[in-house]
Amino acid sequence: MSDIDTADPAIAPIKRPTRWHIAVFLAPAVLVYTAIMILPLIETLRLSLYNLVDGQTVFVGLSNFATLFSDPRLSASFWNALGNNLIFFVIHMLVQNPVGIALAAMLSVPKLRFATFYRTAIFVPTLLSFVIVGFIWKLILSPIWGIAPSLMDLVGLKWAFAPWLGKPDSALITVSLISVWQYVGIPMMLIYAALLNIPEEVLEAAECDGITGWSQFWKIKLPLILPSIGIISILTFVGNFNAFDLIYTVQGALAGPDGSTDILGTLLYRTFFGFQNQMGDRSMGATIATVMFLIILAGVSLYLFVIQRRMRRYQF
Amino acid sequence: MAKARTSLVRTGLIHLALISYTLIALFPVFLTLVNSFKSRNAIFRDPMAIPTPSTFDLVGYKTVLAQGDFFGYFQNSMIVTVVAIALVLLFGAMAAFALSEYRFRGNLLMGLYLALGIMIPIRLGTVAILQGMVAAGLVNTLTALVLVYTAQGLPLAIFILSEFMRTVSDDLKNAGRIDGLSEYAIFFRLVLPLVRPAMATVAVFTMIPIWNDLWFPLILAPGEETKTVTLGAQMFIGQFVTNWNAVLSALSLAILPVLVLYVIFSRQLIRGITSGAVK
Repeated sequence: MSDIDTADPAIAPIKRPTRWHIAVFLAPAVLVYTAIMILPLIETLRLSLYNLVDGQTVFVGLSNFATLFSDPRLSASFWNALGNNLIFFVIHMLVQNPVGIALAAMLSVPKLRFATFYRTAIFVPTLLSFVIVGFIWKLILSPIWGIAPSLMDLVGLKWAFAPWLGKPDSALITVSLISVWQYVGIPMMLIYAALLNIPEEVLEAAECDGITGWSQFWKIKLPLILPSIGIISILTFVGNFNAFDLIYTVQGALAGPDGSTDILGTLLYRTFFGFQNQMGDRSMGATIATVMFLIILAGVSLYLFVIQRRMRRYQF
Repeated sequence: MAKARTSLVRTGLIHLALISYTLIALFPVFLTLVNSFKSRNAIFRDPMAIPTPSTFDLVGYKTVLAQGDFFGYFQNSMIVTVVAIALVLLFGAMAAFALSEYRFRGNLLMGLYLALGIMIPIRLGTVAILQGMVAAGLVNTLTALVLVYTAQGLPLAIFILSEFMRTVSDDLKNAGRIDGLSEYAIFFRLVLPLVRPAMATVAVFTMIPIWNDLWFPLILAPGEETKTVTLGAQMFIGQFVTNWNAVLSALSLAILPVLVLYVIFSRQLIRGITSGAVK
């Protein structure tokens, strides 16, 4: 990736007629992509440096960021959202990815019956929209309907039930777990694919050396699927720091109770569009979007330039 | 003998774990579908029971169909999804062909530029996208959604399709060139038919986030005329929170098309993921 513009000297001197068809093939995709995605992104980054002063849009440098980070009213919600977002991400990393890996490891056991059925069924929630997932869980966890308490009663845990979504201490964890429930299919599938790609000979060689079962998983398979674990981690990171829909459907735009489930996506929505008696603010919206962009960019760069480079890749 | 038994126990435990997780994954969906066909009393009295003749009731569906224009929402979602997928496939395949077939100055740079969008979510540009759509007079039109979803789907489509196009034999394309086919004919008549399986995979990957998206319909097209199913269900449920029959029926109506499509395309999707299309 580093040798980007070393134009191949072998082909450079050859004069040929301009190959217009290349431009024709590229043009539609490049135009749509640039106009709808790249330019608005750049424009959003630019807007974060401007603000309304006396009805005029003027360049204000980094003062929007200063406001966001230290203004008593806004900064409190910002740091709260950022902290919640981090917890949201950590829960996904600690629950979603290990569960996904465990499911994939079980599914990839050779000659397991019904493996296709399990795989297909476990992937179903991933296909549903956040709206559906959010409301289903809201109903299930609702004390009015009583599904959750009566199910917990079956295993003698009824005393442990609480309206988790309504309590500030537990709401964020509950919402994160709902999101984990929905998305566990993705790490499962990617790790499953990686496990299937491990050649038979490697596993046979391990078996000849007496490495089977658990120790085979830890010593042979896990190191071989590390690159895939890297990919699911970065996908989780990008997805989590850009999440919005689930929280919006389950807890509303205010991300209650008391802002305890507010993450950057919901904060961006409220700031940009306004909500109830809060006025919409384009510049602050752009500023929050820029911060999200920088966080995601930092994560992706860390992955591409540090983690992925250090990771050993095995070619079979 | 002892070894055979331990492996039997192990397989049993694996099945137990997988069955439990399958139940966890499917139970909420099952619960919603089952209860949407029951009367209000039955929903609360015995939520786990399958509807019987005495508890069977379609009142929820009647409310949904009378109150919300669900067919209209479906139509909107279908139009947006189908048109966006068609554009992503066409434009994506064309760009992927240019990148994988020809060596030209800036090829790698162009590839990286187009790949940026795989990692950076289009949502972050929302502020300026809305501004642009307002300026272009496209707010509350399906065109706005189609454009956004096309841009959103292109990066991954180009990435996957160019990987596949590299595997199309050069001899075939060169034979076509010798026979006097234009580059366009080579693309449309030789290459496209050969990458059809990859196109199907890309179509499924593109479809799911478009069909399920709430953010852009909410921001760019919240009008009654242009609501998608996801947004329609969201707003409907918001209004009818206390009408459990209606809520469960609306949810079921939103789940059903996805489930049907999944049953039809699940092999394609899973083969696409496991063949390493997304690496």
